[in-house]
Amino acid sequence: MFRRATSLLARPIISSARARTRPFSTDLPATEAGDSNFIENWKKLIPNIDPPKTPLSFMQPRPPTPSSIPTKLTVNFVLPYASELASKEVDMIIIPATTGHMGVLPGHVATIAELKPGVMSVHEGNDTTKYFVSSGFAFIHANSFADVIAVEAVPLDHIDQSLVQKGLAEFTQKLSSASTDLEKAEAQIGVDVHSALNAALTG
Amino acid sequence: MAMAALRREGRRFVPLISPQPISAVQSSVISQEQAPQGVRSISTQVVRNRMKSVKNIQKITKAMKMVAASKLRAIQIKAENSRGVWQPFTALLGDNPSVDVKKNVIITVSSDKGLCGGINSTSVKISKALQKLTSGPEKQSTYVVLGEKAKAQFIRDSKDNIELCITELQRNPLNYTQVSVLADDILKNVEYDALRIVFNKFHSVVSFPPTVATVLSPETVERESESGGNLGVLDSYEIEGGETKGEILQNLAEFQFSCVMFNAVLENACSEQGARMSAMDSSSRNAGEMLDRLTLTYNRTRQASITTELIEIISGASALKG
Repeated sequence: MFRRATSLLARPIISSARARTRPFSTDLPATEAGDSNFIENWKKLIPNIDPPKTPLSFMQPRPPTPSSIPTKLTVNFVLPYASELASKEVDMIIIPATTGHMGVLPGHVATIAELKPGVMSVHEGNDTTKYFVSSGFAFIHANSFADVIAVEAVPLDHIDQSLVQKGLAEFTQKLSSASTDLEKAEAQIGVDVHSALNAALTG
Repeated sequence: MAMAALRREGRRFVPLISPQPISAVQSSVISQEQAPQGVRSISTQVVRNRMKSVKNIQKITKAMKMVAASKLRAIQIKAENSRGVWQPFTALLGDNPSVDVKKNVIITVSSDKGLCGGINSTSVKISKALQKLTSGPEKQSTYVVLGEKAKAQFIRDSKDNIELCITELQRNPLNYTQVSVLADDILKNVEYDALRIVFNKFHSVVSFPPTVATVLSPETVERESESGGNLGVLDSYEIEGGETKGEILQNLAEFQFSCVMFNAVLENACSEQGARMSAMDSSSRNAGEMLDRLTLTYNRTRQASITTELIEIISGASALKG
């Protein structure tokens, strides 16, 4: 079992030797060196135990930034309990960042965006899929890869309008009657999410 | 004459002593044989009791293996679905296990229940080795322990280094909300520059290598990105939303920690069930072999006692005749 483990570890490092010319962190060149650094230090200090694996060896490396803008955006939309979209090629996505809805096209500048509860739409040709996402993060890399990580996402047709109204009323009432800061913050979050849901359903 | 026959029987049993742990049974059988009382069927009783208990153990371990297999099936789906959630963070921030920081916190994920082979000992071994690797002058590493088994092992020699102990993680089925509350708890109570999560990653039922995932604090991320190197490219990313970059990095670090923890806990749970399956499987097999050996012993004992009876009868009859 240990022999297989070390051969598994050797493979990504060898492939990185070829990749060392790429400059961006999405291409993970220097991090491979960091990896081998770790292994070396480990072997020096603790020779009897095999070094543990690191997440890098379980990931596919991302491609480098191409010189011309690619035609499609590759989207990874992940939730903790499922991968909604995995490396799907689309034309555009619109994400609900805290500064407002943001459209992302291929060749977008590299960005880290924090998301607020709202509607995310994925445009592929003539189809548009809309999801209501709770907050999360979106990373847009220079190589036209977009990662959207949210805690919850539902397609819009799974949302019940009446429950939304009820929830909104309940949280507004809680907000007005909240005493401590914690309760106020919780009620405020509830109000935000429900009003965003409302807006998503009506708008 | 009977005594001579007895002694002969006693000597016949001696080569039956195998170096296995059933030697205890053999010696008790022998001591009863050499006792001057009636000896005919008492010895078989001992072996029979032993056989019954071994058979029960075999049934129990077989059942435990089935239970572990079904639990594994259920949780494996969850773990595989959660694998996508930490990859964007590693794609953005890279993986820096050899980062040099002052305060390391090593989070060891282990199981609460035992009988799962060696995975908890492996995790503890790796954590202790990591602690040795990351400690030095002005550097300190402390532990946050998840799970009873690792806690028991750490309390023996590293009690002062343990910051937080969390047990009974799997009482309710694992879900993201529970893990994010746990992550929040850890982040609130622990000062850290780098968090290293040690867990067993599930590859297959027989392979669960130990893995360490590193999450850096926002200050460390800033420092590393300014100094160039792995995170140097982070500066080229525009920040949308939030007042300052520091605030976004803080949220990012917390989110990353909860996502990585979620995956780590799920993978460890899978590895635990897989290890339990293989441990119970080898235990059933071992019990089966033991049962075979005991059956042979039982048959020999039985046949020997029958022979003894016959000899007594025949010698008694020939004494009467002659």
